Amino acid sequence: MGGFFHRHRGLTPYLLLAPGVLWLGIFFLVPLGFLGYESLQSGLFPDFQFTWEFSNFSNGVQDYHEQLIRSFVYAGIATVACLMLAYPLVYWIAFRAGPWRNLFLLIIVAPFFVTYLVRTLAWLNILADQGPVVRLLRDVHILAPDGRLLATTFAVVSGITYNFFPFMALPIYVSLEQIDPRLLEAAKDLYSSSTQAFLRVTLPLSAPGIVAGTLLTFIPAAGDFINAALLGTPNQAMIGNVIQAKFLESLDYPGAASLSFILMGTILVLLLVYARVVGSERLTG
Amino acid sequence: MTNSRMTRVELLRRGAAGATMLSLPALVAACGGGGGGGSEGELKDVLNFSNWELYIDTKKPTTLQQFTNKTGIKVNYYEDVNSNPEYFAKVQGRLSRGEGIGRDIFVSTDNDRPVGEYVDNGWVQKLDKSLIPNFSNLIAAQQHPPFDPNRDYSLPWLSGMDGIAWNEDLTDPVTTVDKLFTDPKLKGKVTVWNSMGDTLGLVMLENGDDPAKVTDESFDRAIEKVQKAVDSGQIRRFTGNDYAQPLANGDLAACMAWSGDVAQLIADNPKLHWNVPEQGGIIWTDNMFIPLGGSVPTACTYMNFVYDPQIAARIAVGTSYISSVDGVKAFAVKLDPASANNPLIFPDATILSQLHQNDPTMFSNPEYNKKWLAVQGQ
Repeated sequence: MGGFFHRHRGLTPYLLLAPGVLWLGIFFLVPLGFLGYESLQSGLFPDFQFTWEFSNFSNGVQDYHEQLIRSFVYAGIATVACLMLAYPLVYWIAFRAGPWRNLFLLIIVAPFFVTYLVRTLAWLNILADQGPVVRLLRDVHILAPDGRLLATTFAVVSGITYNFFPFMALPIYVSLEQIDPRLLEAAKDLYSSSTQAFLRVTLPLSAPGIVAGTLLTFIPAAGDFINAALLGTPNQAMIGNVIQAKFLESLDYPGAASLSFILMGTILVLLLVYARVVGSERLTG
Repeated sequence: MTNSRMTRVELLRRGAAGATMLSLPALVAACGGGGGGGSEGELKDVLNFSNWELYIDTKKPTTLQQFTNKTGIKVNYYEDVNSNPEYFAKVQGRLSRGEGIGRDIFVSTDNDRPVGEYVDNGWVQKLDKSLIPNFSNLIAAQQHPPFDPNRDYSLPWLSGMDGIAWNEDLTDPVTTVDKLFTDPKLKGKVTVWNSMGDTLGLVMLENGDDPAKVTDESFDRAIEKVQKAVDSGQIRRFTGNDYAQPLANGDLAACMAWSGDVAQLIADNPKLHWNVPEQGGIIWTDNMFIPLGGSVPTACTYMNFVYDPQIAARIAVGTSYISSVDGVKAFAVKLDPASANNPLIFPDATILSQLHQNDPTMFSNPEYNKKWLAVQGQ
């Protein structure tokens, strides 16, 4: 064996790559190819035929642009909300929490020990019309006596924000934690105020974390359907809800497959735009 | 307790995996467990049974235990049917290749699309009626369903009624769909089902249309009515049976609800009520089928067992749903007089006369399906 590797040293990188490539090939590329094949079929279940049915795509955009746009708007708002909430929190953990850092990180990650669905179901109880939160908000007149939180856009976006929060918090924490405190001291020595030091040193150095966090939040949030299904009404339906309904309820596989590609394609385009704006080197950290 | 028939949540959870499943049907079906194929004609010592959640008696000795004691056949009882279309999506790949799905019996509801697909595509096997002498206990009303006119492939498991439930603390009685859809006091405190047959069935009856004979006009009229109630904010959500908890805790004032669910909820909360709408309700039935690859003799032995009225009574009382087995009530009175006198479990002639069935052709109409999803925002 050793001799083999010695003689064929050039093969080593390929052998190391092989498991990952195989994995992606079998579980990503093959299904993706199948999905692509399906997205160009026509006919009714179970007799679909491959007919290069590109109209699936145009019809998909035409019929569901509302849900598609809504998905990106919700995902966008949730991503910004995650960033606003996560940055100060992990900043504090990274620079001020001292020995308690790991504990606080654990607290951020702790909800992930419970499945996604159960976490979202918990919100059904927390935000229930007769629950304590709504009652309090009614008492202090933030909500009308008949107002509610569940089954509103607010509930859906909040649910997404909550569910994807750690994906934002952890990458930012990692980039903040790596900042050499001597750089901040140097900034102060050079007469910069704390604000200037933050803007000129901390923020740029944590940018890779912000970029990674926004991507990890935005991409899955755009395809999410659980929050809209459980916390929303038909008026909050996202593209994920349409896709799952087409796959499982109306058995319109080509329609569902083409919408999946439209979603993927749109995300990819947005990603490329984002990469151009922030600079691609930051995408890779 | 609250999710005896279908939970949207379960559907979603599995739905999340759905996209992957479709691309790898064989792999997924293989994960379904159990053994299948190759033994269709032999009696086996294990029965693999797929059913809805909380849809069988649980009080010991359970009927499943009694079956094993009597026949020596062990039952692997899977509560893995969470929605008819979803179960169908899961198994259709293997069935279409003529392969088994690791089950000897599964159930499918008559007012949903798949039931016709199973029979028409030849994906289910004929019953061996010589092994089901209790077949004669099947009530007359269930002997000739449109999807299986001679009951060659199926036997009813349990039935339920579509009606309206309301909470007396939050509203006066809601006995019509129009009140449910337009009473301003109910705004945002109403849900309807995400299954087309159930919801539109009740709406069609309200419109004076026949749900058993759907036309494009009557369908559009029904959709329009639902759309109005969605646009006005009256309808809060489309649900599986996840209406049960919000109904019980007061988030909903009234909703479309299944009889058996509410029968169970009323036991804990007497403020809840359920009734067949004034213009009529819908009755649906879950049917047992033997999929390709399932053992016909084993499945038929079990079907014969549950068509013994004494056993059927335990199942009906244990689930609060309606049995199609003749003579059940006499045994139910002995088991649990309160249940035996509950019209939700043993509907009397007056209620039965108000019930209608869905038009089976409605479910496979792609235009209808599209419109039905659209009204749900999908």
